[in-house]
Amino acid sequence: MFDVSVQAMLGEFNLDASFRSESIVTALSGPSGSGKSSIVAAIAGLLTPKRGRIAVNGRTLFDSEARIGIPAQKRGMRVVFQESRLFPHFTVAQNLMFGRWLAGKKRDAQFDEIVALLGIEPLLSRRPRKLSGGERQRVAIGRALLAEPQALLLDEPLASLDAARKNEIIPYLTQLVANAKIPVLYVSHSRDEIELLAQTIVKIDGGRVTEIEKRR
Amino acid sequence: MFSFSADEIDAIRLSLWVASIGIAASLPLGMFVAYVLARWRFPGKILLDALVHMPLVLPPVVTGYILLLLFGRKGAIGAWLEETFGIVFSFRWTGAALAAAVMGFPLMVRAIRLSLESTDRRLEDASRTLGAGRLVTFFLITLPLALPGIIAGLVLAFAKALGEFGATITFVSNIPGETRTLPSAIYTFTQIPGGDAGAFRLAVIAMIIALAALVISELLARRTAARIDG
Repeated sequence: MFDVSVQAMLGEFNLDASFRSESIVTALSGPSGSGKSSIVAAIAGLLTPKRGRIAVNGRTLFDSEARIGIPAQKRGMRVVFQESRLFPHFTVAQNLMFGRWLAGKKRDAQFDEIVALLGIEPLLSRRPRKLSGGERQRVAIGRALLAEPQALLLDEPLASLDAARKNEIIPYLTQLVANAKIPVLYVSHSRDEIELLAQTIVKIDGGRVTEIEKRR
Repeated sequence: MFSFSADEIDAIRLSLWVASIGIAASLPLGMFVAYVLARWRFPGKILLDALVHMPLVLPPVVTGYILLLLFGRKGAIGAWLEETFGIVFSFRWTGAALAAAVMGFPLMVRAIRLSLESTDRRLEDASRTLGAGRLVTFFLITLPLALPGIIAGLVLAFAKALGEFGATITFVSNIPGETRTLPSAIYTFTQIPGGDAGAFRLAVIAMIIALAALVISELLARRTAARIDG
């Protein structure tokens, strides 16, 4: 599912990480500043590694030797960022429809289904700034899911939330991940979340993979 | 006291027209240059930045003279434009609009650049991961978020353009109904005996327009910001 090998110098930080995972849900785990988000950015196409190769679900997204570098907007890697990054000038509904609209899709049954699954129906006409942190993250997850994802990259989606908000989202997340038909990369430094969700755990420290653990 | 002569009305109308056309026509280039200065890194950037700001620090007469050299009928660009497109700048209102655009340009670029620099680039990244290319992202995300700054830049440039005098009079002279804008008309009034009343009337109009422009821009900026904030 994920075949990643990236080398990059980010200021003083040297990222040199390689891992392979055939699990549908792979976790990327490690302390803050270990390079997790940089790996996500490289997979998403927001960061160009100096060297390496990135393939997701058999599709090569980046290969420095073959000079392949698919632009971010054509990768289909939908990212849920830690700080949700909802578009402040759009309503929740417009945020949810953003990627779907770009893909030429309309508001349809799948839209209603995901909105219901995430319990964000009452929020549709609101602006992101009027939402709580937990609501924002649910909308961000919905926005990624509705954008015809080829893979889902969840970059610490719960890290900015307090325990109560975390508990509010985890049921949605587990349900979503349990039904996942596309590869999911789940980035977190929380052991609990990872054990709940992932089959393969890739541990990162100081920009390097220290251990790959298979579970179940 | 406040009954305007036809010449005065002409000057007011011409001023508004010249400033509006000059600013509207330079907006696309202004946005592009602001974007380049805000986002790109390239050698010679500091030079481009300085070049854009030149009209702000040069004596306006010098700017007008350079415009005359370049865009006059015998000027390098002016001759070519007349031959190819039939566009003439010298001693026409179009020249006054060009002078207005050039003088307003630094203020416009500065405001738009600041606004672009303060928009959250992480939102642009998010947009790209959702399938929007750079151009689509610019129009759907960057531009709307920078809109208050763009409006502010437009109004500042417009106000500067309205007040433009030195470059205009050097480049396109002071022809009634063609290039005699508000400042030129006021200047003319002060040069003739008994022109004080006319000068005063036009000066009051200039102040009213300037004040209105500033108030409108502030209101627009607030409304736009409120709309973005939700």
